[in-house]
Amino acid sequence: MTAADLVAAPRRRNYSSQSIVTRVVIYGLLGFFAIIYLVPLIVMVMTSLKPLDEVTGGNMFALPKSLTFAPWTRAWGEAAIGVSDTAGISGYFMNSIKMVVPAVVISTLLGALNGYVLTKWRFPGHKLVFGMMLFACFIPFQSVIIPMAVILGLLGQIGNQLIDTFGFSFGFGNPTVNLVLCHVVYGLGFTTLFFRNYYEAFPTELVKAAMIDGASFFQIFRRVLLPNSTPIIIVTVIYQFTNIWNDFLFGSTFAAGDQSPMTVALNNLVNTSTGVVEYNVNMAAAIIAAAPTLFVYVVAGRYFVRGLMAGAVKG
Amino acid sequence: MAVTTVSGAVTDRGRRITLRTRLQGLVPKLVLAPSFLLVLIFVYGFNLWTVFLSFTNSRAFTSTKLIGFANYEKLWTWTFESDPPSSWYTAIVNIGIFGGLYIVFCLALGLTLAILLDQKIRGEGILRPIYLYPLALSFIVTGTAWKLFLDPGIGLEKAVHDWGWTSFKFDWVVNPRMMIYCVAIAGIWQTSGFVMAMFLAGLRGVDGEILKAAQIDGASTYATYRRIVIPIMRPVFLSAIIVLAHMAIKSYDLVLSVTGKNPGGAAELPSTFMYSYTFTRNQMGVGSTSAVIMLMTIAAIMIPYLYSELREKRQ
Amino acid sequence: MKPRSLLLTSAMAASVLGFATAATAADLKEVQMLHWWTSGGEAAALNVLKQDLTKEGYTWKDVPVAGGGGAGAMTTLKAMVAAGNPPTASQILGYFALDYAEAGKLGDITAIATKEGWDKLVPTALQKFTTTNGKWDAVPVNIHSVNWIWLNKAVMEKIGGTEPKTFDDFVALLDKAKAANVIPLALGGQPWQEATMFDSVVASTGGIDFYKKAFIDLDESALKSDTMKKAFDNLAKLRSYTDPNYAGRDWNLATAMVIKGDALVQVMGDWAKGEFRAANKEAGKDFICYRFPGTDGAVIYNSDMFAIFNVSADRKAAQAAMATATMSKSFQSAFNVIKGSVPARMDVPDTDFDMCGKKGIADVKSANSNGKFLGSLAQNYAQPPAVAAAYDDVVTKFFHGEIKTSDAAVTELVKAIKSAK
Repeated sequence: MTAADLVAAPRRRNYSSQSIVTRVVIYGLLGFFAIIYLVPLIVMVMTSLKPLDEVTGGNMFALPKSLTFAPWTRAWGEAAIGVSDTAGISGYFMNSIKMVVPAVVISTLLGALNGYVLTKWRFPGHKLVFGMMLFACFIPFQSVIIPMAVILGLLGQIGNQLIDTFGFSFGFGNPTVNLVLCHVVYGLGFTTLFFRNYYEAFPTELVKAAMIDGASFFQIFRRVLLPNSTPIIIVTVIYQFTNIWNDFLFGSTFAAGDQSPMTVALNNLVNTSTGVVEYNVNMAAAIIAAAPTLFVYVVAGRYFVRGLMAGAVKG
Repeated sequence: MAVTTVSGAVTDRGRRITLRTRLQGLVPKLVLAPSFLLVLIFVYGFNLWTVFLSFTNSRAFTSTKLIGFANYEKLWTWTFESDPPSSWYTAIVNIGIFGGLYIVFCLALGLTLAILLDQKIRGEGILRPIYLYPLALSFIVTGTAWKLFLDPGIGLEKAVHDWGWTSFKFDWVVNPRMMIYCVAIAGIWQTSGFVMAMFLAGLRGVDGEILKAAQIDGASTYATYRRIVIPIMRPVFLSAIIVLAHMAIKSYDLVLSVTGKNPGGAAELPSTFMYSYTFTRNQMGVGSTSAVIMLMTIAAIMIPYLYSELREKRQ
Repeated sequence: MKPRSLLLTSAMAASVLGFATAATAADLKEVQMLHWWTSGGEAAALNVLKQDLTKEGYTWKDVPVAGGGGAGAMTTLKAMVAAGNPPTASQILGYFALDYAEAGKLGDITAIATKEGWDKLVPTALQKFTTTNGKWDAVPVNIHSVNWIWLNKAVMEKIGGTEPKTFDDFVALLDKAKAANVIPLALGGQPWQEATMFDSVVASTGGIDFYKKAFIDLDESALKSDTMKKAFDNLAKLRSYTDPNYAGRDWNLATAMVIKGDALVQVMGDWAKGEFRAANKEAGKDFICYRFPGTDGAVIYNSDMFAIFNVSADRKAAQAAMATATMSKSFQSAFNVIKGSVPARMDVPDTDFDMCGKKGIADVKSANSNGKFLGSLAQNYAQPPAVAAAYDDVVTKFFHGEIKTSDAAVTELVKAIKSAK
């Protein structure tokens, strides 16, 4: 039952009895806002389907007169980015995936374990620890770049040592690993917050019962908590996926070049300093780059709200 | 709690079990330790480093030459230079305008949309992602789209002129006094859907019994929302305000892309100020000082929040 | 587990994860280049160098970071250097190179420079940025100059305009365009563009010697002189000839206005010529280039350079090859024909250049020999970045009305420069 249900309940038993005028106003407002929110996307899509002279010469809200998909193919695999051999943004797509998947998995798992410890295995000072971890959400990334670079440089040197000794770096100094580290570290605050608030509401009795049955710390986590964590896992995954996929600063600073994530390639494509600005190609590239996140939102949006409802926002 | 059971077990079951139990008692802390250590180094360690730099004369590179409070004195003087405005003064005024509008409008829009969506709406599954999707897009791109859209010569103003309403005027983005409002519009568009999702989740979690009681007392729909539903969602408001505040403070790409590199310095924000002083103006000491001031501002918002949050849990 | 099998297992695990960096004991034949030339004519121009090096058997490892006129790339460079992983070379501007040199991060290619006699070929003023204590640590790719104006020839003929020789002539020309209902001045209202234009305005208002005194020597009396006030007033005059939507416009969009004939003229460095070229326009036929009125004979320059970093011994050969290729006559000619600039060495024949390029090459030679070859303040070739940025601040604030009078502007200029030093 929704809140509105209850609010309206005594005088109007259900929604069908809400006056037609009210319903029209509600739908009207929702539709109006939906259009406003959609306008930028519509303009982007339409621009991406027009030839360039129609973009620069015509009205940006006009429908394409001559429909073309050329900007999309150009953005995906033809447009030159710098003087690298990889054309288009397709080559960078996998870089982003390779970074975003481990970063999301690790930060979510650590967040879940932290939330579990901070609610079910409390120790003196747990509130302070939680407060300090939460503050990690707020650090401006620009101010960590230099010290981060120094630390990543040290890891790179360890990697070189390992190469000399074993022939493999074990991931030390690899740009993708470096980005995963950055995103895990600065995502921990959020993931811990989400899981901690969710597990806070999780019945402690179940955990206690499992303890009495002799279940270990990890057994309880795996058999009791994890199976009941789907909503909050989805929330965390979506939140982390969006943030990490869209990150530009870390990507451009620590992984520029052929290992750079998609946002860096996109920026290089869009930020034309000379030559004709190919707005249609830029918009197509932009939509391609946003496709994974858009997909996640549309498909998992339903769970997102459910998950939030289940605890993430309830202080 | 696991830790407290240890001492009881000693006499009954002997050394072996004690050791095992003791180890088990350590497990939660060991699980939490890596995360906490990462946060200690990468957040607090780096913050200390930034604080240290703010007392040095670091320019292009970090320097260890201490110069006392000189950087703070500089920023302190700039804080009061309003005619002509210093960049720092503009940054402070702008974060006030931008942050205020951004937070208030995101909350208002988010709450309105959530309440409207909570009226048992057909097609909620379609509308929700429409409001949510802007968050999925990276500002590297939407900034360009917004800039085009707001540009009087190409975007909305021109389109409306083409449609026949020639006296229509919307030139905020080229007017230094109004530029920051354009940044706010783009920011609100991006985040308000996320706030909507948080509120929607909150609304769905409101305890029905309380509302029924209110209805029996004869409260109107409006009064019920205002007096009961909204106060119950206080934690949601707090979470939303915190998320929004940190996003407002971190906003960076947004400003530069929407305004076109900040003409007249009129769209300066603390984040752009910090970045340019640290990386392009080679006055890293001043940049670090502004970072410290930003962090202190964030702490001033966060600490009371955390305090109230954690204190409530005790009750 | 035996060490060997442990190693094997871990290696397998690592490669499964896709993170294993195979034993690449730094490829000797690899040039890693950080730059912000990601698109259009600039990327095409850089591609010439890539091809030259590929022919010699070197792999090109591209590290492009676009945006903010190199601001993004400079942040990346700072991080790479802080991490102890500098690139083979990086695109860099003037005083930024000096910072890295001072911090001891740059390499040494003096041997090649001496062998090829660069010190006699590169303008002396430019060598301030390419050498440190007599050691070569950067190679100049080109010489741009900012004191140019670019006009649409058809519009010029329509309004019956002639080449403006003084600032007043220029204003009269702009008035003619205004009367003919053409936007007189195409302008991109971004801080760096406004400051770049002001460089020319100052040199025109006070003469090139005044420019030197004020911006190179930072002479306080010159900075707050009546001449400087007059220069600000002249800048304000130019502002009155723009269309209302100039704020925040990218420079190439302003150039496009001139190309299309929507506007008569743009004040911009010679990189604007690359735009005309990209639109298949021909110098002298479709567009005209003049020196900014009142600055003929002087060159207010900036230059793109590749800084040579202090890299491990096995990468030095590739570095030397890159430097040699960059300074070769053929590359300097081919690159600069595309880019719109002029070669950084003065013995490159001007045969392949259009009339604007030929004039540019001749101007650099004469200006260099009579002391009228001066760095652009807006482009980081006259003062360190902190001062240059302070200058940009004051000019853009004046231009957009935050600073209201030229009196206030000069006071602010002096104050801002002092505080940045």
